[in-house]
Amino acid sequence: MQNDLIIAGFGGQGVLLIGKMLAYAGMADGKEVSWLPSYGPEMRGGTCNCTVVIADRPVGSPVVERPWVAMVMNLPSLEKYEEMVKPGGLLLVNTSLINREVRRTDVRVVKVPANEIANRLGNPRAANMVALGAYLGATRAVSLAAVEGLVRETFAGKAKVIDSNLAALQEGYALGEREAADGKVVPQEVGA
Amino acid sequence: MAKKLMKGCEAIGEAAIKAGCKLFFGYPITPQNEIPEYMAHRLPQVGGTFVQAESEVAASNMIYGAAGSGERVFTSSSSPGISLMQEGISYIAGSELPVVIVNIMRAGPGLGGILPSQSDYFQATKGGGHGDYRLLVLAPWSVQEAADLVQDAFDLADYYRNPVMVLGDGLIGQMMEPVEFRAERTPCKPLSPKAWAATGCNGDRPTNIINSLFLDPEVLERHNQKLKAKYDLMVRDEVRCAAYGTDRPYEVLIVAYGTVARVCSTALDDLREDGVGAALFRPITLFPFPYAELRAAAETARAVLVVELSTGQMIEDVRLALEGSRPIHFLGRQGGMLISPEAVAERVNAICAGLRAEVRHG
Repeated sequence: MQNDLIIAGFGGQGVLLIGKMLAYAGMADGKEVSWLPSYGPEMRGGTCNCTVVIADRPVGSPVVERPWVAMVMNLPSLEKYEEMVKPGGLLLVNTSLINREVRRTDVRVVKVPANEIANRLGNPRAANMVALGAYLGATRAVSLAAVEGLVRETFAGKAKVIDSNLAALQEGYALGEREAADGKVVPQEVGA
Repeated sequence: MAKKLMKGCEAIGEAAIKAGCKLFFGYPITPQNEIPEYMAHRLPQVGGTFVQAESEVAASNMIYGAAGSGERVFTSSSSPGISLMQEGISYIAGSELPVVIVNIMRAGPGLGGILPSQSDYFQATKGGGHGDYRLLVLAPWSVQEAADLVQDAFDLADYYRNPVMVLGDGLIGQMMEPVEFRAERTPCKPLSPKAWAATGCNGDRPTNIINSLFLDPEVLERHNQKLKAKYDLMVRDEVRCAAYGTDRPYEVLIVAYGTVARVCSTALDDLREDGVGAALFRPITLFPFPYAELRAAAETARAVLVVELSTGQMIEDVRLALEGSRPIHFLGRQGGMLISPEAVAERVNAICAGLRAEVRHG
């Protein structure tokens, strides 16, 4: 089985970046990975998404129509991807920007007030890291340590940015772990 | 060397550098802009030259001239740009010069769109420009294979003194996957010095002339037959293909190339889990097309399904291969729309249901 997810939001929210980080971290963990961006004629503020596949054997289709996980960072993305998630899959919802409930009852839902948490931590641009952390905490798809290493690498030389992004990642992770402990999410083992 | 996560376009650029490419001429077009961007950055580091031409027409004539020097020459573009290059490519084939051309296909016709497509199969394999010529055409299905095939393409171009095209789609260009480059690479063909190159000789040897104009019909026919003999050698020696799931019994043989074959491979896994007998055949060289290999793979199948991001182009070569011996079905999307593993599996299931109905009624 392939562990796949679609990350979607506004251009500028950093959805492509966290998708890339997942792919890098998966590769660092010795997994096979693919990262596929939407590359339509898009602009800041337009919609944007990427598909990440992490697997124990060579990745088959990099195109995923029915993902196990959809991480939706804004309302248009929830509208688009809610129906596509596989039954029993996971919808990770950025409740800071999405003010409606998930209609599906056959998927697990993790609610993450990503922008609120990022604002509280003093870096509004780190909302994507909160969401990424929550995904990792809930699914353990790749190790937190691998992603933390990537944050340090990505923002090398900007100590303040590194600290706030790590804080966002860790706070998201704790939230995801709590949700998983509550039985809302079953940790997904890659290749399970 | 360690694995690196690279975008397809970047991996293609690095593969060209690793293969000893020194000259790139091209003109920007989505979805392959990261190739010229990468070459503009990397070529000066290895003593090479990058030129952004004023158009694709100019770029194709620049690679024509540069290839005459014997250096390893490279261009890349996407569908509309490749159309503009066809005149130059025909001249290059007629003059027997080695160049590598990458086409990261987008949906057409005309300017079309910028999303992935496989609608340039005819253009690539049946002669996009005028005259009786062939390109050797390689179709990767992963970023790693794109990197490997681009390196092989330079060897094959030199060996046959013929343009070689690497045909990918927007997905191959834009997606990121781990890539590994071998530290030491042996050319895939034995290569000899380019004694034909126009390098200047100060009268030390007979002048080398690079030309595609032969006004005497007898001379031109001999030239055509010489080219034909070369294409026959490619047909004999260069066919590449792969098959998946053919070690177990199967009713339906899926035929697909490039990233579409990746999609089909996932469908295959799902079908196997459901106990449906299907296998996948993937041409890696589109010219020469693996006619005999496909025919052999289809022998134990009851039906064949061709899957393409076009309205049906490779399917014509599948028909030639099978000569009416099997019913051939088609599944295609166009305009930049993609095919999902679920859609492929659904179609295979429908074909199997049809086969069983035939048995009942038959």
